[in-house]
Amino acid sequence: MAEKVTLQTGHEGGVKGQVSAYFSRLKGGDMGALPAMAAVIVLLALFANLSPYFLTEINIANLFVQSAVLMVTAMALVFVLLLGEIDLSAGVTAATGMALFVKLTNTGWDWPVALALGFLVGLVTGWVLGMFVAKIGVPSFVISLAFYLGFPGVMLIILGSGGILRLEVAPIKAIMNVNLPVWGGWAVLAVTVLVALALSVWDRSRRLNVDLPVRPMIFLVAKIAAYLLVGGGIVFLLNLPRSLVATNPIQGVPIVVPIVLVLMFVGTFVLNRTSFGRYLYAVGGNPEAARRAGINVARIRIYAFMITSTLATMGGLMHISRVGAVEAAAGKIIVLSAVAAAVVGGVSLFGGRGKLFNAAIGAVVISIIDNGLGLMGFPAGVSFIVTGVVLALAATVDALARKRAPGMRI
Amino acid sequence: MTQALVQLKNVKKSFGPVDVLKGVDLEVFAGKVTALVGDNGAGKSTLIKGLAGVQPYDAGEVRFDGELQELHSPRQASALGIEVVYQDLALCENLDIVQNMFLGRETLKSGTLSEAEMEAAAARALQSLSVKTVRSVRQTVSSLSGGQRQTVAIARTVLRDAKLVILDEPTAALGVAQTEQVLNLVRRLADQGYGVLMISHNLYDVFKVADDIAVLYLGNMVAQLETSKTTSNEVIGYITGIATDLKEG
Repeated sequence: MAEKVTLQTGHEGGVKGQVSAYFSRLKGGDMGALPAMAAVIVLLALFANLSPYFLTEINIANLFVQSAVLMVTAMALVFVLLLGEIDLSAGVTAATGMALFVKLTNTGWDWPVALALGFLVGLVTGWVLGMFVAKIGVPSFVISLAFYLGFPGVMLIILGSGGILRLEVAPIKAIMNVNLPVWGGWAVLAVTVLVALALSVWDRSRRLNVDLPVRPMIFLVAKIAAYLLVGGGIVFLLNLPRSLVATNPIQGVPIVVPIVLVLMFVGTFVLNRTSFGRYLYAVGGNPEAARRAGINVARIRIYAFMITSTLATMGGLMHISRVGAVEAAAGKIIVLSAVAAAVVGGVSLFGGRGKLFNAAIGAVVISIIDNGLGLMGFPAGVSFIVTGVVLALAATVDALARKRAPGMRI
Repeated sequence: MTQALVQLKNVKKSFGPVDVLKGVDLEVFAGKVTALVGDNGAGKSTLIKGLAGVQPYDAGEVRFDGELQELHSPRQASALGIEVVYQDLALCENLDIVQNMFLGRETLKSGTLSEAEMEAAAARALQSLSVKTVRSVRQTVSSLSGGQRQTVAIARTVLRDAKLVILDEPTAALGVAQTEQVLNLVRRLADQGYGVLMISHNLYDVFKVADDIAVLYLGNMVAQLETSKTTSNEVIGYITGIATDLKEG
């Protein structure tokens, strides 16, 4: 076993070799989240020039809070999108769970119990969807459309004739409306950077243990520096006082930011570093190959649907925290925007390709468009049209990049 | 005479009224390439599906390493060390070479994937077969040529501790240069002590790489020949049934 590995692993070469290898991957159509990240930068520059309000402290904080629900819902959908499936009902499932939660708390239940039941709606719905898709073979588009049509009715029954119920649970309201103290924001940044650093160093040492080549150290340093720079900038901005009323000071990182970070970290860890995550990609890439490799394809599919609806319920919780109420029409639009966000970010609708980060960055793109156009005084209609155009553009760029690389047929 | 790695005796299989295998004998030796040839419908696929445990035989004896075995599931066959590379290869194009080679049998450490260990093991398995055609073991399969994909699928069986590797038309869809690569790989596989059973329609390939040639004709094993002592005309005679008919008069 001591024989040295002489085949290439992609970690060889100095800085120059690594950089040129990266560019050749880009040319091959493997662009990942890059177009969406470029779009974020372009949009930030554009709106900063067009609207004097865009780069104000209060709007930046708003942007984070506004995009959180879309981000979490888009990340939720990644799990079924990776299989080449779709869950149109993720939004209304979340809303129904939250309607149950609010109804129960308003009638005197303890809120943690009610919340658990609300999430149970998501978990069970995901299981049922998964069974229909994996065991019976109903296309996910159709069965989730059935739930999409049916659940708003369930909500109307739960919510009564008014169709809306106020949320009275203070800890839940806090998610979207309370900020961390100034030191808390820096603590979040410190933990994030330390975790990233620890994982990188660990991976590196394990490669060295088995005599595999490693990338030059400078890349690790650059990555951590980038985290510190971007993260530090964001924390600094969010820690600036941003209140428009002198008597009511507001500053600090919104609590929802670390919550989204934790969700993204855990989800990404599961996708990249566990066999379940590996099997999701395998089933999305070639179900027959996965089956022959001994993977229980049906079980993977069912789990994916359960994760999607449960994580989407988390998005629903954030939504009612922000709005302060649950209404019967909730959850219908968000799921389509979330699919758009995932695709804009670089998640493939055909399965097998995409990361949670892709979905999150796509959600940022769509949120910035929405926010920026709103600030410039355009009616909501324009924002919808632009979002549609961006989605079409992203899908086209993706298709063209794929066409150019003859080998890529995912 | 050394003991055969696999010995089939009087193996039978029928689907309803159709007898596909009518009492077939076959011996495959470790360190040798045995080519399984025969016209369409001769029963080649049925024969290997039985060995793979996918479609158990109705009757007959299967000995592996001299021991009598019952093959009822792919898992049993795999546990014995029988691995099949089907024509469609069963690779996930969106995963890289390492991920494909370990698919379903990932090395884990406290519940998480041991990427570095798997990468090193995959690279060693490829090196042990003197594979030099892949650029990086972290390439996605979608970026590989047909021959490279075949190479990955074959190397995967080595990683799974196979003793008998069954190849279903490994060169069917390949160009000249890639066919050459794959045939060289098949030869090296046998030279390293693996038993190889290769289905092929291409007699050029068979004569280039096989030590033994087994010919199926309408569900009967009509000949098991040593490559060095036969000619392609003789083999064609058996495949088409002319040689057998002549013998039976």
